[in-house]
Amino acid sequence: MDTIAGLFNYWIVIVLMMIGFYVVIADSNLIKKIIGLNIFQTSVFILYISVAKIDGGAAPILEDGITNYVNPLPHVLILTAIVVGIATTALGLALIVRIKEAYNTIEEDEIHEKDGTL
Amino acid sequence: MLVVTALATVFVRDLFAVIMLFGIYSLLSAGFFLNLNAPDVSLTEAAIGAGISPILMLGTLALTRKSLAPSAIKSKKKAWLPIIVVTLTGAALIYATLDVPHFGDPSGPAHNHVAPRYIKESYKEIHIPNIVTSVLASYRGFDTLGETFVIFAAALGVLALLGAIKQGDADDYRQFSDTASLRRHNILHVISKILIPIILLFGLYVQFHGDYSPGGGFQAGVIFAVAFILYALIYSLSAAQKIISPLFLQITMVIGVLLYAGTGVASLLNGANYLDYSVLGQDALKGQHNGIILVELGVGITVASVMLSIFYTFAARALHTNETSEAK
Repeated sequence: MDTIAGLFNYWIVIVLMMIGFYVVIADSNLIKKIIGLNIFQTSVFILYISVAKIDGGAAPILEDGITNYVNPLPHVLILTAIVVGIATTALGLALIVRIKEAYNTIEEDEIHEKDGTL
Repeated sequence: MLVVTALATVFVRDLFAVIMLFGIYSLLSAGFFLNLNAPDVSLTEAAIGAGISPILMLGTLALTRKSLAPSAIKSKKKAWLPIIVVTLTGAALIYATLDVPHFGDPSGPAHNHVAPRYIKESYKEIHIPNIVTSVLASYRGFDTLGETFVIFAAALGVLALLGAIKQGDADDYRQFSDTASLRRHNILHVISKILIPIILLFGLYVQFHGDYSPGGGFQAGVIFAVAFILYALIYSLSAAQKIISPLFLQITMVIGVLLYAGTGVASLLNGANYLDYSVLGQDALKGQHNGIILVELGVGITVASVMLSIFYTFAARALHTNETSEAK
């Protein structure tokens, strides 16, 4: 029982990660692939923030009389990762727009068809 | 809740609904972060995940949906292969978690090496209550500099991919076709007129108060960009571009990065290591303060102009394609 309660967060992360992973490899629509990647990415964020949590710890902003804080380091990493994530997502979306202009479709299998690959 | 929303994004076919669900998913995870005592992260995720990324995705959708082949009924064959792969990977990962320290356990290895030092010493060394800010801007200044460059590079990439529109068309930009109805809504006009200054003010507060409360350059930049994106959506792209032109954004983008890098050079010139702010004031603490404010300002300027310029690029592209397809 203790194991389940203690690891529940990580299992949620894994479930989310696998959902994202599934979308990335199984869906042929490129926009959905990007969303899948984003879900995967968010699951990693949640993983890090979960690691940072300490029972009874306060938010990492120093105040008098509080000695127990959650770990600030993962927060820093994830904070910047989110912003970098949106920038790279935008780049991916831009690529999709160009793919659409070149192939007139954003379905992966149709692109393969037009290329004669696969 | 998160899992349900995420699952829904898998099964819903309509891309518009998927994007909306993704926005909800991001908002939920922002709440989750707040629950885990990570207000800085939560602020960022709320502004980006629920604010900017759905807008960009909708922009892409507007650009790509037209003349999409009617492939709504997709063949479900080969669906078992990814499911097997995913289940196996998931099972392996869950097996691996059995060795992981429990959630909230203070004796976990992550909490026992560098983190206690930051918590104990950062106030003495940097004199800023928000540990996240001091770690972000000072201890890990190199990282953050690199990240600022990454988003700068991403903006360059987007501009290179989508930015090339004939300048002649720029004069008669019209409204996004999707938001034409928004423009005529008086209620939206009044509310946005009230809201936008408040959003901007909040952005400034988050920028300059980031040392004491959750916030900093990244969040402030995003909030700032959101205010202008809202303006552009409700009024028109050209109205927003009259206030802040794309060229201006491209310049401020560079200024932000240079401000950050320049702060490092300034500390070099004062005889310290690169990005060691101790020498930038009368004493080390003052110097740290000045350095962090400058660096956060650089980050904020870069993030705001990058986000806004990416939005402009997508929006202008949408207008452009609309016009050319109508002309045909």
